[in-house]
Amino acid sequence: MIIELGHFFLALALSIFFVQFMVPVIGVRYNSINMMKIATFSAYLSFILVFLSFFSLLWAYVTSDFSLSLVVKNSHSLKPLIYKISGVWGNHEGSLLLWVLILALYSAAVAFLGKRLPLKLTALVLSIQGLIALAFTSFILFTSNPFVRVFYPSEEGDGFNPILQDFGLAIHPPFLYLGYVGLSVTFSFAIAALLLGRVDSIWVKWVRPWTLIAWVFLTLGIALGSWWAYRELGWGGWWFWDPVENASFMPWLASTALLHSSIVAEKRDALKAWTILLAIVAFSFSLLGTFIVRSGVLISVHSFASDPSRGLYILFLLLFFTGGALLLFAKKSPYLKSGSLFQPISREGALIINNVIFSSAAATVLIGTLYPLFIDAISNSKVSVGPPYFEAVFIPLMVPALIICAFSPMLSWKRAVIENLYERIITIFIFSILITALIIFIYKGSYSAFLGIFLGFWLICGTLLELIIKVGIGKNIRVIYGRILSLPRSSYGMSLAHIGVAVFVIGVTVSSAWRVELEKTIILGDNLFIKDFKINFSSFDKVEGPNWIADKGTFMVYKNDTLINNLYPERRHFPASQVTTSEPAIMSNIFSDLYLVLGEEIKDTNSYGFRAYYSPLQNWIWIGVALMILGGLVSLSDRKHRLGYSKNKKVS
Amino acid sequence: MQKYYYYIPLLFFLVLIIFFARQLFYEKDPSELPSALLNKKLPELKLDYMEGNKKFSSEYFFTAEEPYLINVWASWCAPCKVEHEYLMELKEIYGATIYGINYKDRIEEAEFFLESYGNPFKAIGIDNSGRVAINLGVYGVPETFIIDKFGFIKYRHVGPIQEYDMHNTILPILKKLGERIN
Repeated sequence: MIIELGHFFLALALSIFFVQFMVPVIGVRYNSINMMKIATFSAYLSFILVFLSFFSLLWAYVTSDFSLSLVVKNSHSLKPLIYKISGVWGNHEGSLLLWVLILALYSAAVAFLGKRLPLKLTALVLSIQGLIALAFTSFILFTSNPFVRVFYPSEEGDGFNPILQDFGLAIHPPFLYLGYVGLSVTFSFAIAALLLGRVDSIWVKWVRPWTLIAWVFLTLGIALGSWWAYRELGWGGWWFWDPVENASFMPWLASTALLHSSIVAEKRDALKAWTILLAIVAFSFSLLGTFIVRSGVLISVHSFASDPSRGLYILFLLLFFTGGALLLFAKKSPYLKSGSLFQPISREGALIINNVIFSSAAATVLIGTLYPLFIDAISNSKVSVGPPYFEAVFIPLMVPALIICAFSPMLSWKRAVIENLYERIITIFIFSILITALIIFIYKGSYSAFLGIFLGFWLICGTLLELIIKVGIGKNIRVIYGRILSLPRSSYGMSLAHIGVAVFVIGVTVSSAWRVELEKTIILGDNLFIKDFKINFSSFDKVEGPNWIADKGTFMVYKNDTLINNLYPERRHFPASQVTTSEPAIMSNIFSDLYLVLGEEIKDTNSYGFRAYYSPLQNWIWIGVALMILGGLVSLSDRKHRLGYSKNKKVS
Repeated sequence: MQKYYYYIPLLFFLVLIIFFARQLFYEKDPSELPSALLNKKLPELKLDYMEGNKKFSSEYFFTAEEPYLINVWASWCAPCKVEHEYLMELKEIYGATIYGINYKDRIEEAEFFLESYGNPFKAIGIDNSGRVAINLGVYGVPETFIIDKFGFIKYRHVGPIQEYDMHNTILPILKKLGERIN
């Protein structure tokens, strides 16, 4: 009964989305305030309906209702509760429903927070949101219905891909979707602006926080996925340039560019058409990602199902939304009035370079991801593009971005004073080269590794110098204190995020350059040596979990002949789905990770495959990303970004 | 004139869409990889036989009196489990002859797999090193080849055989190649 209600609510939501799309548009056309106001109401209503619908599916999973086809295919009564819940979105149908739920949530949030916006703008934005939701809901109902019953209810479910049974991965899709779908808001704002033919600073002020929210979630979602790959796949790697990873990385690059270009649009009343284009492109990358993952045009380890009819539908959606948006852009944006010309050496000049670099980066990822497709189309042969391509094109692009990032926040708008700039650049250079020299003195390594370290410290020094100049070191202590308090949070947010990037760069460089790998066949009692660790294979057990049985090895880790830790890597076998996964054991601290993987037993020999990785500063990668996210949040809490904040409020 | 610049993103996008559409329409099944061996004679396969089964004879391949299937599989491969019921159906209901090549597997696990789900194979060769699979140009498990009675490779199917594939490709090809299939 609950399932049927859920199905019904979704169908009802479809009709409300239609109302949300149609009525406000007519209202805007004929200047009917009442019709425009329908937008807000229907946004709330449709959110409630989709929520109830999603909740009923969640209910079916939690209670293991095996009369539902989707639950039979993806769940198992013995699964821990958290994975029953995450099973809802661990498949095509459920993940689309989550997509629509989040879209409806964003629409409701825009409706709630947009009360102070011009009514026409809110109505149009919500109408476009309604259209997107309409398209996706009909996609669910007509091709991927999650509420299909089976004729004969099963006793037990078919389980669930055990590789996906991980906490990081369980919560990764909702965050990723919050990011993907969050970009729909900026998209809708962009379309509304094109339709109204106006991009003013109020518009930009509204777009920026939404971009920031989407960016924060997207960063978090990607990081969680990557963290999962690191801890679960057993190769010690955390990024594989897989099509699905790239699909999430492209919107990230585009939204990062959008974040920076919208500053120029706000402060200098320029780059408007470009900002609009980025907003369209960022969301289109989200749609493209959905298309790539769902249609199976690119074969990937992540794909759930490849079904041509679904692929066709998503392709149609992509053509309609992106094609339509780009056509509108081509027709309307030449008439957007743009501000003055720039001086090359100025804040806006540096931000434009940032934009050029990030857009090129997104383009190279796009080309690399789709290249196998093009080659297949032209010469009918299969190729795959791997990490060497991406590393070769991506890293050279990021080097200038990092160099500029260190000092561009110190540039002033319009025209920077060049003498000041030289002084500052030299200061940053001296500090960062000294730190790098010290590291070169202690450790041996390659030039490229030291370049990475230098760039990281260069960025840290630059960011800190900028903060120091802003608070005015050397002045009266009271002045400094006052300035520390009065600096806008968005400024701290930016510094935090940039330092996060630097920490990330150092982590990536050091963990790959000084990584040590060991691969061996071992028997019980063996001693292994990696870096300054001695690892003793001390025991081997069979253990049983809720829905798996595992081989569990016990390894005693010694450093300087003192026992520092016991590590227990496992190989888990899931009988329900006949899948074996490896659970690496990781000893992790701020300086390094020690990563052990127990392999298969080699037939009848009592010996086992074994891999160990030592990667220094691995945690700096995650810390760096965490700082970026924190920076985004701090910036979001800034008064001027606070949603619903209006300048017109009277000061009492 | 400058106005036309604004159409560039749309143009790029449309080119992209054409490629996607082509991929969806002209190659409906991304698993249909071209095979260099298509319509060529089956290369000689040097295989150990699997115990508990009839002795596996490589020569048999070249002197068969009826078309047959060669299925490359492993017990650790989940899609193989999916297609297994259709292999059983092919053998039990349609009387097809299927030879198995057990790919990089552990023998006890392979035997356990067959005990649990049934054995559709007339004989099974063991390819522990994966060398034979390379000779056959195998892309991944499962993969199935259809060989005619003269020993020529007529068809190659990558990925699990599903119900649709069985009825719409495998059986029609078998029917075309030999009359014996019901």
